[in-house]
Amino acid sequence: MKSWKNRSLIEARELSEPEIRAVLARAGELKKLWQGWRGSEFPHQSLRGKTVVNLFFEPSTRTRSSFELAADRLGAHVLNLSPEGSSISKGETLFDTAKNLEAMDPDLLVVRHASAGAPYQLSKIVRVPIINAGDGFHEHPSQALLDAFTIEEAKGGIKGLRILIVGDIAHSRVARSCIYTFRTLGAKVAVCGPPSLIPPSVESLGVTLDYHLHRAIRDADVVMMLRIQLERQARNTPGGTRANTQFPSLGEYSRFWGLNVETVKELKQGAIIMHPGPLNEGVEISQEVATGPYSVILNQVSNGVIVRMALMDLILGNGGRSA
Amino acid sequence: MKPTENPRTNTFVLANVRLVDPVLGVDGEREIWVEKARVRQIAPKGALTEKKSREASSLPEILDGRGLLCTPGLVDLHVHLREPGHEYKETIATGTLAAAAGGVTSVVCMANTDPVNDNPYVTEFILAQARTHGKARVYPVGALSKGLKGESLAEIGKMREAGIVAVSDDGVSVMNSYLMRKALDYCKTFDLPVISHADDLNLVGHGVMNEGVHSNALGLRGIPAEAEEIIVARDVALARLTRGRVHFAHLSCWQSLVHVRRAKEEGLKVTAEVTPHHLCFTEEDVQSYDANYKMSPPLRTRRDIDALKAAIADGTIDCIATDHAPHAPRDKNVLFEYAANGVVGLETNWPVGLELVAEGIVTLSKLVEIMSVNPARIAGIPAGTLKEGSAADFTLSDPEAEYVLRGEDLHSKSRNSPYIGKRLKGRVMATFVGGECRWQAE
Repeated sequence: MKSWKNRSLIEARELSEPEIRAVLARAGELKKLWQGWRGSEFPHQSLRGKTVVNLFFEPSTRTRSSFELAADRLGAHVLNLSPEGSSISKGETLFDTAKNLEAMDPDLLVVRHASAGAPYQLSKIVRVPIINAGDGFHEHPSQALLDAFTIEEAKGGIKGLRILIVGDIAHSRVARSCIYTFRTLGAKVAVCGPPSLIPPSVESLGVTLDYHLHRAIRDADVVMMLRIQLERQARNTPGGTRANTQFPSLGEYSRFWGLNVETVKELKQGAIIMHPGPLNEGVEISQEVATGPYSVILNQVSNGVIVRMALMDLILGNGGRSA
Repeated sequence: MKPTENPRTNTFVLANVRLVDPVLGVDGEREIWVEKARVRQIAPKGALTEKKSREASSLPEILDGRGLLCTPGLVDLHVHLREPGHEYKETIATGTLAAAAGGVTSVVCMANTDPVNDNPYVTEFILAQARTHGKARVYPVGALSKGLKGESLAEIGKMREAGIVAVSDDGVSVMNSYLMRKALDYCKTFDLPVISHADDLNLVGHGVMNEGVHSNALGLRGIPAEAEEIIVARDVALARLTRGRVHFAHLSCWQSLVHVRRAKEEGLKVTAEVTPHHLCFTEEDVQSYDANYKMSPPLRTRRDIDALKAAIADGTIDCIATDHAPHAPRDKNVLFEYAANGVVGLETNWPVGLELVAEGIVTLSKLVEIMSVNPARIAGIPAGTLKEGSAADFTLSDPEAEYVLRGEDLHSKSRNSPYIGKRLKGRVMATFVGGECRWQAE
């Protein structure tokens, strides 16, 4: 097992089971500590004196706040940067920004970017550890770790579970990271969605495939719904306009691949429903289901902070000092 | 190997070389008598040198080729010289120097300059620059459509008068089948091949690498091989309809080869090229988001490499062309999806070709056919052989020399090469154009 100390987290694909287990175990400890704590300063100040930079080139509220809170609870200084402008996206300015930041001696960069590979390419030019907080359609490894933590918490384990991921698999970094992580932990992963949103080579990732939700859902212990990202569907037409060419309408998507009170009836007893957020209520998931008894969606959000604390603690932590 | 002492006369006897000239049916030691830029005589080993030592008279100086390999100068059908307009990437001077350093004596250069070579004035400018600064011969390709816009035909006839040898919108696929048909029809007047950059642009979309397991794992948008195949199939159909000449640029996948093979069996006027990089690398090389593995068409799979090599062996593919595409760091050292397509290739082409000989895919003689004779025939340019009376364009190389390529070894203005840091076998030692030594290894 590779040590987490000062290491970058770019891909869930590269993580071994013991490496994931180390994060989940630390998250468990920190969660206990967090729940039992009633004071002004969280006792585990392992990042005191460290600087964490949130470098978000793509708009994000929940992931950025999650990382920010996580770093803050552990005592780090947090700098939030959301550079904007078109020139930045191409990379030249990205690399320049990162080199400038590096010169200010931060201890960790948390990077989100709309282009696949941006955190990887940055990790080759700066010496600071980097956590990939989502790059294009590539990966979002901390999301997969928090999802694994949430599943284990709700189901008492993950090995052998049947996990169904539903939606736009082709354009989802969450789906990729989750598939790698869940499989590494011994779960059986299936994907479901319109064939136009499923990459042809998906089965090579070791997952099974079913285009029909009502059928796929019956076996599942965990159902993870992905956000349908309208902005990812549109494409430039030869006529110069933008059109949705991947499925006919949100209404039709919802009809066949949306989770609602009716589809949920097919679920096994004790199955759970997840969603990385933000939700398109009434599209991939109905309001009743999102807030219903199967749902662990808000647990994912609170565990997100805990798991990110665990990650930063492992990468940067000095063992922790009591306040 | 010394350059001629009096290059103005371009007159000498080249001795002690192994000459491989498939047009002459020669593979063996010969002496080559060059007089006033042309080949005067190909003589058996010793015939001229012994005569000179006997008579000590009328023969010119002897150049000792030291057992090097001598071939007709290489002809590259697919080069981006970038001038006019993108001189920060390459100029006609640097591009043709790179050509000479790679053993290439004739360069066919693409029309996607700025301004586009879609009129005779740009053609004349390119040829004028080449006359002044060129280290190799330059033959421009004219644009098929005005401004490469794919809407209306460029002034093909006037450009032909000015000196183009083919037409192409290379860099952009001609998506309008009607326009492609008209171009094929129209070019019959001038016996010009239409070079097809085959890509269904709707299917390519925003893709940046081959579609498959690897694009999926990297989170990069994929381009299916079928995007190429569909336009290859269309252009084969249009070659049948028009009886025009189609030359396919940089074929990359087995699917396309099926259509080209069938077209040739049918007797259509169809020819095809492959790039050296599509013979060497696969989609797996993209793993590290290194833009020196980003090109159009994208690198494919091991299966495609095998199919391309088989197609070279059976004649489905006529030639190797580099698609030499120089790009400055500012075009390449950016995020993968924004990086410019293409790599330089002029200076690594010959070692890649020799590797095909080492693998037993082709004989050395066949290699000369696909890197010199055939491309010269397709472009209709006087090159590809050293038969008596032809221009003395030839390349001397040491096929056994091994070295690791360094960026600073390249003479191109740009160093976007996937071969940097890789071991190559075969080094060009000297390149002669019109009997004049234009480049020689130190």
